[in-house]
Amino acid sequence: MRRLLALLLLVGGPVLYLWRRRDERRERVQLYYDDGSMVTLERGASGAEQLLAVARSAL
Amino acid sequence: MDAANALADLTEISSQVEAAVVFDDTGAVVASTLDDAEHSARLARAALDLLGAADKRFESGGQALTQLEAALREGSVFVAREEGRSIVATTTPEPTSGLVFYDLKTCLRALAEPKSEAKAPRPKRRSAKAKADA
Repeated sequence: MRRLLALLLLVGGPVLYLWRRRDERRERVQLYYDDGSMVTLERGASGAEQLLAVARSAL
Repeated sequence: MDAANALADLTEISSQVEAAVVFDDTGAVVASTLDDAEHSARLARAALDLLGAADKRFESGGQALTQLEAALREGSVFVAREEGRSIVATTTPEPTSGLVFYDLKTCLRALAEPKSEAKAPRPKRRSAKAKADA
């Protein structure tokens, strides 16, 4: 039983961590300019939180 | 093409778009796929706030911001603007961004077309019998 629990923690921990990171990365803002350039702001980047909060209010 | 028809075309061709609102530079709603006027106005206001905040904080050497996407777990918000008119759309999570932007731009361009051009009647084709009679 202990071994099973240890195995679950060993496998489940990293999976959960990676899952959460994937979710966080999914939240981003992309800005496109008229010269064809594009800026991506990942969640946690300066200014991104403000834009994401406004977007969340729209959904 | 009028705004309501352009939005109807948009929702017909783009299954990922849940709601869309066309608005002007002041945030006034021109047309919406939503029945609720208050909800439409709120969406237009949020889009205007997004454009304003992005313009203010992320100036890119004098380049103008033309479109943006805010991707969230619950879904995405797309905003595109062109010649004084803008469109905001909410979508399902993880949409095909390129396609959604293409559809939004197509919608804005359809609105910019002169009405007479969009509604011009097609010339009638003469039938073989009519030609023979003439």
